[in-house]
Amino acid sequence: MKYLTGKTATYILLAIGAVTMIIPFYWMIATSLKTAGQAVAMPPAWIPDPFQFGNYLEAFEVTPFGQYLFNSVIVTGLSTFGEAITAILAAFAFARLNFYGKDVIFAVLLATMMVPGELFIIPNFVTLANLEWINTYMALIVPWLASVFSVFIVKQQFQSVSDDYYYAAKVDGCSDFMFLWRILVPMSMSAIITMVVLKAVGSWNAFLWPLLVTNDTSMRTLPVGLQAFTTEAGTRFELLMAASTFVIIPMVIFYLIFQKYIIRGITNTGTKG
Amino acid sequence: MQNKKTWKVTFRAFLYLLPMLIIIGVFNIYPIFKSFAMAFYENYNMFSGENDGYTLENFNILFSDEEFHEALTNTFVYVLFVTPISIIISLFIAIMLNNIKFLRPVFQSIYFLPFVTSTVAISIVWRWLYHSNYGLINYFLGLFGIESINWLTSPDWAMPAAIIMSIWKSLGFNILLFLVGLGTISKTYYNAAKIDGASTWQRFRNITVPLLSPTIFLVSIISFINNFKVFDEIYALFNGQPGPSNSTITVVYYLYKKFYTEFDYSVAAASGIVLFVIILIFTLAQLWLNKRFVHYR
Repeated sequence: MKYLTGKTATYILLAIGAVTMIIPFYWMIATSLKTAGQAVAMPPAWIPDPFQFGNYLEAFEVTPFGQYLFNSVIVTGLSTFGEAITAILAAFAFARLNFYGKDVIFAVLLATMMVPGELFIIPNFVTLANLEWINTYMALIVPWLASVFSVFIVKQQFQSVSDDYYYAAKVDGCSDFMFLWRILVPMSMSAIITMVVLKAVGSWNAFLWPLLVTNDTSMRTLPVGLQAFTTEAGTRFELLMAASTFVIIPMVIFYLIFQKYIIRGITNTGTKG
Repeated sequence: MQNKKTWKVTFRAFLYLLPMLIIIGVFNIYPIFKSFAMAFYENYNMFSGENDGYTLENFNILFSDEEFHEALTNTFVYVLFVTPISIIISLFIAIMLNNIKFLRPVFQSIYFLPFVTSTVAISIVWRWLYHSNYGLINYFLGLFGIESINWLTSPDWAMPAAIIMSIWKSLGFNILLFLVGLGTISKTYYNAAKIDGASTWQRFRNITVPLLSPTIFLVSIISFINNFKVFDEIYALFNGQPGPSNSTITVVYYLYKKFYTEFDYSVAAASGIVLFVIILIFTLAQLWLNKRFVHYR
């Protein structure tokens, strides 16, 4: 009996928490489907009546969300793909090859993880300005093509693959490069997917950097475009909520597809201390 | 590790490392040194790179700027509220999730949702929830007879509003890390404790906390670092402003403002250095505490 009440209490508390987590999302979607009058009705209307899908169209007409979406997909796609490649290559060198300067380089890389990225902003802006890359995709993508954190995640996974595979591949005449892509990468998919999802989420939602390097409307990413839209939409909260929904939903779907790999990936890379 | 250390292998290794090293070198390592230099330049012209040598004047300006004091105070208030509260709540939620089987994946997905959402988008949603007249939060408070609060327009309530939203937003990632940590604790400890008649609280205090301490330590380091860098939440919640009458200006917002709207590059860089030093001190202090108190198996 005591056990049962304990379980019931756990479920009740978790349910209250879950409702708190979900209400802002529900309210965002509900408001996005209301008429202007219903959005500000008091007491609040829990279910939109009628469903005003036109809000989405109106938001699209007022501001070029299609262009922002295109930019976000390009930037997130290319920087995630690029970072996966640089991380896999570097992780292979650290996990499998024994070379001069390895410990020093790795220590320096880990040290850079301690430095807040905000410190990089000003010098990077100058570098890009000198390259005349401000307001181009290059500015949004190139600085983010590598991250020490990603190298670290993938390296940990590569190290857990037994040396026997390497010897067997060598005996069969497999080069290092082939071994990496044909054997090591497929065997390390969960760590690589974890890295890719974390990177894609971060890139999709990034705000400060795209805000600084794009002042041309046609180069904005979704979060920057959304923030700019708040000025245009003013107090039309049903339009703002439609636009917010549009920014949030793609990553939620992306995450729900891959979430089972993430817990596994993080477990494997050993936060066990 | 099968290769012998030779120059030939070293050459090959660098081919693998090269793409990563170029990017990290140009965009992460060089800027560290450059930022320090910028913070000490006199009359620095960002684009020509011209300057009149080194000076401490930028730090003088920074520390005598009333606004920077406010930014520092606000950042500390924000960090000292958000970090511990978020860690405690997420720890309890993770423990509860770890104790159930039925519906667990559903609850997990829901709790993780805010973690994958754009801070800007969800801050705009909270702007709507916080609305003085039509906001859902004031409506709920009204049901309990509490008068409407001007969350976003009153300087007294702006910081609490930012803190509440940030706690809500940060729970998911912390819960994720705690669940991973809890997954490594063997059930046998709990069974043994139950046989010995240990209460729920005793089991929490004497098994969960010590065995989970490495994870708690990791989560606390990550949270402290992230929270010191707060910017997106403030910018989006207050529509590009640092709160009503500057009441939620933070160090990164100050850096942004000096850099992007006042073109005061050296002072902006100096504020970045100050933030770096603060984070470094906090991280080193935690590493020291970690050595003394964290229990490793």
